[in-house]
Amino acid sequence: MFYREAGQFKTTYESDQSVFPIRQDRIGLAIILVVAFVVVPLFGSSFLVNAVLIPFLVFSLAAIGLNLLTGYTGLLSLGSGAFMGVGAYACYKLTTYFPGVNILVWIVCSGFFSALVGVFFGLPSMRIKGFYLAVATLAAQFFLEWCFLRIPWLYNNNISGAIEVPTRTLFGLIITGPNAAPQTRYLIVLTIVTLMTLAASNLMHGRIGRMWMAVRDMDIAAELMGIRLLPTKLTAFAVSSFYCGVAGAMLVFLWYGGAEPNVFSIDQSFLILFMIIVGGLGSLLGSFLGAALIFILPIILRTVPAQFGLPIHAATVEHLTFMIVGALIIFFLIVEPHGLARLWQIAKQKLRVWPFPY
Amino acid sequence: MRAPSGQEIAAGDVLLSLENVSLAFGGVKALSDVSFDIRKSEIRAIIGPNGAGKTSMLNVINGFYQPQLGRITFKGKARAKMRPDEAARGGIARTFQNVALFKGMSALDNIMAGRSLKMHRGFFWQLLRHGPAMKEEVEHRLFVEEIIEFLHIQHIRKVQVGRLPYGLQKRVELGRALAMEPDLLLLDEPMAGMNLEEKEDMSRFVLDVNDHFGTTIALIEHDMGVVMDLSDRVVVLDYGRKIADGTPDVVKADQAVIDAYLGVAH
Repeated sequence: MFYREAGQFKTTYESDQSVFPIRQDRIGLAIILVVAFVVVPLFGSSFLVNAVLIPFLVFSLAAIGLNLLTGYTGLLSLGSGAFMGVGAYACYKLTTYFPGVNILVWIVCSGFFSALVGVFFGLPSMRIKGFYLAVATLAAQFFLEWCFLRIPWLYNNNISGAIEVPTRTLFGLIITGPNAAPQTRYLIVLTIVTLMTLAASNLMHGRIGRMWMAVRDMDIAAELMGIRLLPTKLTAFAVSSFYCGVAGAMLVFLWYGGAEPNVFSIDQSFLILFMIIVGGLGSLLGSFLGAALIFILPIILRTVPAQFGLPIHAATVEHLTFMIVGALIIFFLIVEPHGLARLWQIAKQKLRVWPFPY
Repeated sequence: MRAPSGQEIAAGDVLLSLENVSLAFGGVKALSDVSFDIRKSEIRAIIGPNGAGKTSMLNVINGFYQPQLGRITFKGKARAKMRPDEAARGGIARTFQNVALFKGMSALDNIMAGRSLKMHRGFFWQLLRHGPAMKEEVEHRLFVEEIIEFLHIQHIRKVQVGRLPYGLQKRVELGRALAMEPDLLLLDEPMAGMNLEEKEDMSRFVLDVNDHFGTTIALIEHDMGVVMDLSDRVVVLDYGRKIADGTPDVVKADQAVIDAYLGVAH
């Protein structure tokens, strides 16, 4: 009833092949974009922007990156945290050597370094898949983490072993470093994430997306249709790592402002894997929903009881958060193993036929 | 509709020939010293009891297995070792005994995936999905729509194939193979597990493909009625050996074939 495409006729294949063929979807997306680009920077509090939205967007991008590999191409990876790290450290070194070049260029370029490393560690996918490939990517995770910790060149021989983000500007506006306004950083993150999501969506709706999904669903049939498996899988590794790398660079440069190697530990990899499992494998929307659930839910659990003046000790809140989030993940996996994205599809279908059951 | 690839071969000439092909897995001989040919634009059936080596035969033809001995000539050229994707580029398409569709994708996307080889716009156009990339997409969509219409599957275009009934899945799989515009189409038991009506439909599609597009078809089938009605020539395998080869009538009367199917009194 509220969500019915009746009367919307598509007269060209071009419009039928579009990403959002239904008008209500397009309107909804436009509203979200207006809110994100205009309303939030004008009226959002610093806390909302800095502690909630920026990390949410960054993690969404990392989740999209992993989803391209695991959800769309069917290659399980546990190295996404390390690939994020490659992006962050590459960006740090690049801006150290070439401080004159705009930092935004380096944030995007750092993705290419990450892609290169991703392709290298993706080579075993020629022979192995499933859990065994996951173990091979785990090796990437540990090796790269070791590099971040033990190669002083990567963090400019700092005593602390951490990287610190220098102040950089865009058109005279400070965008990184301790003095950058949260709103500015938010807009930059939002722009990058929006453009890259659009690119991912385009890719997934075209030839390359179909080839990846073909490899995921039935690799033998894909091969017998002329799809060369290794180049296809390596492209997936490259694109996925590119996304993770950019997310990592943004994580450090536009959110944390500095990072130690343990930011890119195996925990980070698992966190992103949870996001795409809970959100929905093989769904871009699911990447956002998963990031929201895993990242924003703990914040809500932490802040809402405080609003009601409940005198709970901070440590207790922390423990409670772990328990509740854990329980919710298990709940979602049992009720809807295809993730939040599938729940949203079911809800859409219900809205479409309401008030009738079919 | 069909763009000829490579050198043109007239109908009736030999498209693919196998000479003395042998394939063994360790000590198990799947095929021993099999020779036969497939002519342009014919429907060639491969039959035989279970385990006779029929599917192995198809796997050899499309490069999934490499025979230890023997020579394969395709489109007049002797073929060296060949990977499945190279065979596909050469114009060999196939369907599977157990449906091997891309289960998470819609019927339309499955058939569109069959066009992957024919689409050439590179990565950066794909990222934009406007201009040339979109034009190419629509061009191929038009071709795919022709196939969809041909197979009468318009109503399930956007349905995820995992949810389709078996008969329709088989049809989508045929559509996916046709999307490759193959010179040689290999069908591995296209009618397995179907009821009479579905078999009749599928037989009609096979004949139509052969008629309209002139596609050469090699099919494996257990339903003798179907085989005898559809095929121009039949080759019979038993225990990896060829025991008969010829028109359906000749094969039907062959004593070795009757023995293989009914057994011999000792």
